[in-house]
Amino acid sequence: MKSALKSVAIAAAAALFAGSAHAVDLTIVSWGGAYTASQQNAYHNPYMKANPDVKIINDDSAAEGLAKLRAQVESGKVTWDIIDMVAADAIVACDEGLLEPVDADAWLAAAPDGTPASKDFIPGTLTIGGTNCFIPQIVYSTTFGYRTDAFKGKQPSTIADVFDLKTFPGKRALEKKPIANLEWALIADGVPGKDVYKVLATPEGVKRAFAKLDTIKDHVVWWTKGAQPPQLLADGEVVIASAYNGRLFSAIVEKKQPIAMLWDWQAFDLDGWVVPKGAKKMAAIKKYLRFATDTQRLADQAKFISYGPARNSSIAKVGNHAKLGIDMKPHMPTNPKNAKTILIFDYVWWADHRAELDERFNAWLAK
Amino acid sequence: MRTADGVPLKISLQRALVRSRIRALLLVVPLLAFIAIAFVLPIGDMLFRSVDNRIVESILPRTAVAIQDWNPNGTELPDEAVFEALTLDIKAGVKARTLGRVARRLNYEKPGMTSLFRKTGRRTKRVAGPPYKERILKIDNRWSDLNTWRLIRREAGALTSGYFLASVDLKTNDRGEVVWQSEERRIYLTLFYRTLWMSALITVLCLLLGYPVAYLLATLPLRTSNLLMILVLLPFWTSLLVRTTSWIALLQTEGVLNDVLVFTGLISDDGRLQLIHNQFGTFVAMVHILLPFMILPLYSVMKTIPPSLMRAARSLGATPFTAFVRVYMPNTVSGVGAGSIMVFILSIGYYITPALVGGRTGTFISNFIAVHVSETLNWGLAAALGSLLLALVLALYLLYDRLVGIDNMKLG
Repeated sequence: MKSALKSVAIAAAAALFAGSAHAVDLTIVSWGGAYTASQQNAYHNPYMKANPDVKIINDDSAAEGLAKLRAQVESGKVTWDIIDMVAADAIVACDEGLLEPVDADAWLAAAPDGTPASKDFIPGTLTIGGTNCFIPQIVYSTTFGYRTDAFKGKQPSTIADVFDLKTFPGKRALEKKPIANLEWALIADGVPGKDVYKVLATPEGVKRAFAKLDTIKDHVVWWTKGAQPPQLLADGEVVIASAYNGRLFSAIVEKKQPIAMLWDWQAFDLDGWVVPKGAKKMAAIKKYLRFATDTQRLADQAKFISYGPARNSSIAKVGNHAKLGIDMKPHMPTNPKNAKTILIFDYVWWADHRAELDERFNAWLAK
Repeated sequence: MRTADGVPLKISLQRALVRSRIRALLLVVPLLAFIAIAFVLPIGDMLFRSVDNRIVESILPRTAVAIQDWNPNGTELPDEAVFEALTLDIKAGVKARTLGRVARRLNYEKPGMTSLFRKTGRRTKRVAGPPYKERILKIDNRWSDLNTWRLIRREAGALTSGYFLASVDLKTNDRGEVVWQSEERRIYLTLFYRTLWMSALITVLCLLLGYPVAYLLATLPLRTSNLLMILVLLPFWTSLLVRTTSWIALLQTEGVLNDVLVFTGLISDDGRLQLIHNQFGTFVAMVHILLPFMILPLYSVMKTIPPSLMRAARSLGATPFTAFVRVYMPNTVSGVGAGSIMVFILSIGYYITPALVGGRTGTFISNFIAVHVSETLNWGLAAALGSLLLALVLALYLLYDRLVGIDNMKLG
């Protein structure tokens, strides 16, 4: 009896031990909501199925990711394993030395045809702003949506129309930040897209951009959270709004609101993975990232949300929406039809001028 | 005199006193530790961050020392030794991946430093030996700008006034003089002023609305007043975000209130009122959210005022109005003080509600502190703004103490 108990105890202890020796918890920080759900379906679930010893824990605090990451690294208590960040934040964090550098070809899987990762990701996205800490997942864009019932006859189709209150009267919603708005103001004012940063680099150029924004200032509702502009459009509070393309897709296709897309000069941006400096489970982190950023996985994510994969080899594999069954390709910001004119942020320029222009923008708003 | 065990009574008494004091101290140790960890340390850390400038001398240590010998008022660039120090510092900074930090710090003072340091960092790999000066100058002509070097020399110390200056719209110009920030970049003084006057008005509105409610609560029969109390407390227990977004649904131009006004013909469909995303929206939402903080202290004070006082005043010939103003109201001063200070201080630090309903004219200074903490990562400026806000609140508290007397305050 006694020995039987003993052997049971030993077996139990062994099982416990074995369990704890293999199980790895990965804490992945992302944005929550529909976005985390798309990652759960496209990356986490298949990965955990293939690796039963790994448990992925979602942390929805990406909105405060940069500040919390810095606090963790400064205090030496890094509890996060992987963070989902927008490119601009990743550049700041990488510059501050808060992230592990990424060796793209060593970490990431090659395309099915053998193209190494560094060649397969959209050019420049792995080294955004001259940094090397960022693994892009998706291309998203800040673009415009308008209410289809707001205007009789001609519908807005260009960025100049957004600033044209005479032909298209009504309120606009814009993000409460200078980035993108200043560029759009200049383009609407007649500056060719390729010269935007050349013009913006001069004091007269900045003045010109603000002067253009002045023309619609009294008719703008300024938003700060991505959920606001689709809501403002749906409520009829505004007739044209800048918004993340995925949010507009959801309002138009999933919620059937009377809204249409205006893709002219959509502002491309990237969202991707970064690894905090001093992360403890590097082997497990790298293994997961290799899986989650391969060609098929990035293509799969687009089934669940209308953001474009950041790998060239994934773009062709984008299929149908998981629930609605519609073809997702026409809804991708990277689709050639939508991407006739695109604004690519000059992150290096913004790193120099962000603090200055943020202040100026806010002072302008307060007046 | 001695106790039973032979110890002098005086000593025995003293021992007993010490023991009880230690026991009392042990009882409050958790509280003291909590205060130290949750208040004193973070606030101290914040105050320090607002002047902390060790980043420059820790990442550019050789340059910070070498540049002290250079005359910033002259017309000559620093000599070879400084350039050599800079090259070595930048190489070390690139290796330790810390160069970006110092670049961002200097960029707050002079836009363009981020790209200058990044570019130089990439290219110094090829600068293997002297002449350093010539090679660095070739990388970027901003290194031949005296103002770049003046900036580095000025910020080489361990402490800086840069964050505090920035937080009151001042800056140090290239000649080292403190001047106003250029007109189109001045923002923080406006925001401090706006935060103060709007909070003051919110407090007054809360008082005007809350006083009659508290009076009713305190004087109505228990059954009715309990029901009224629940009506006060229910919103108090409801999530802040829910209450704020409900106001958006009610007040927006296509919202309930505007719909009713249009339906009744008071305004035309084209003339819908802008009631949210501006100062008005902030006032409405904030007064609603902070009202219970005014009502509850008022109520607790009013509850203790015996009804016989008013009856006595009336029987001595006072009109109801005179009795109310000269007898009842002076007795509620402590509640008014407590409620007002509570509402005012809460309001000054609020940021979620103004961010959601304030639009461009109804946001507070705390919104910018939040932006600098979580978005721009300029924690020095956030700390300076926070320290100023703390100083402001303390100053107002002392003023209140002088005018009304803090002992008169009654929270319950």
